[in-house]
Amino acid sequence: MPESASEHLTTAAIEQRLLGFLLERTKIEWEVGQDLFDTGVVSSLLAMELVVFVEKTFDVAVEREDLALHNFRTVRAMTDLVLRLGKATDA
Amino acid sequence: MADEPTLVKCLIWDLDNTLWEGTLVEQDKVTLTDAVRKVIVGLDERGILQSVSSRNDFDNAWSRLEELGVAEYFVVPRIGWTPAKSVMVKEIADELSFALETIAFIDDMPAERADVSYHHPVVRCYEAERAAELLELPEFTPAVLTVDGRRRRQMYKAAARRETARSEFTGPDEHFLRTLGIVLRIVRATEEEITRVEELTLRTSQMNATGVHYSDETLRALLADETHEVLVATLDDKFGAYGAVGVLLIEKFEHAWNVKLLATSCRVVFSGAGTVLLRWLADAATNAGVHLVADFRRTDRNRMAEVAYRFAGFRSEDCACAAGIPPTSEPGIERLHLAPTRQEPPGTMTVHAPDLGSPEAADLVWGVAES
Repeated sequence: MPESASEHLTTAAIEQRLLGFLLERTKIEWEVGQDLFDTGVVSSLLAMELVVFVEKTFDVAVEREDLALHNFRTVRAMTDLVLRLGKATDA
Repeated sequence: MADEPTLVKCLIWDLDNTLWEGTLVEQDKVTLTDAVRKVIVGLDERGILQSVSSRNDFDNAWSRLEELGVAEYFVVPRIGWTPAKSVMVKEIADELSFALETIAFIDDMPAERADVSYHHPVVRCYEAERAAELLELPEFTPAVLTVDGRRRRQMYKAAARRETARSEFTGPDEHFLRTLGIVLRIVRATEEEITRVEELTLRTSQMNATGVHYSDETLRALLADETHEVLVATLDDKFGAYGAVGVLLIEKFEHAWNVKLLATSCRVVFSGAGTVLLRWLADAATNAGVHLVADFRRTDRNRMAEVAYRFAGFRSEDCACAAGIPPTSEPGIERLHLAPTRQEPPGTMTVHAPDLGSPEAADLVWGVAES
């Protein structure tokens, strides 16, 4: 399938999708650099939902050592993960 | 030899001329025979839920069940002039999250049984006159009676009240959890608890991290073994008991504890009890000065367990601590390693647990204070 640069998700677009999901599920507005797990609001069930949401929404597979808390701690960390895994898929 | 029949998990009763003698709209007095009462109580003791599907006025029929002293035995009753009984049966199964294969239906009217059988061929239907013999049938006879089985109706009702409260709560899940006053009790298993464990590991696939089934017998044999810990977790909150919700099998080596089995019930996924169990274990291992090595076999249904392990810091890595652990005989198992550190107590529940470092020490309390 031909892909142009415009079809790739931008950092801002990924962040928006993640912030939207978090707002819907936690009823709280989050900042991209805010630690989701420190505040005690993000339950282990939501952690699982985040993993599934990231995989489904951005069509990536988060596996093995990538499946680590530090990759999901903040919206920024998840965005970096999506960008990295997305690139790997294209290559 | 024929296969054992699938156990019935819920029996749905018709009322007129089935549960009781007489027709409510035609007569004022309907009677409940001792034989049927014995069946209702007997099935309840066996952990088989019971419901009602009846064409009657709800208030009238329900107050009669109360007068007869049996209303409390029935969950999610469907009493009304519509819809068809096949629809009522399906609604009851859905509300209980039971497969139709585990539902039974008893009614004196051949047309009603035919309707249910036609739409749901797997539902087992019985003629009303067979009511008294139900307790003798293998599909109504579980192999073992457990504490949790006997309390299943209360547990179901507690779960329904909890679910109502949860749907009415508008804040984040974790804030709701704090309102529940959850107590997680981890105990060294005894003979009695082993039957609950057996039931749990058979019923729990989602969070069975190893995907290996440990039989009743195997676990029983390990109870007296000093190098193994067989631990059972139960959960309670202000709405009532959840029963046994988790089981851990650990073999202790000099430098590491090998987690051979970790299964938690899907019923408590929302509570975060699986994560808390792992954190408690990491804390206990830190105190004992050992690392953790967890057996893990990926299945298509235990992703949640992998996320729990990995978010707790477990990684696929080699460590000298595992040197003394023999290779596992089960195929497809990888070992996840954690060099544990002290853990903050959970903010959503209180944990009561044995001191794994010393068999004689008093239990430890960890987490938020009980109110």
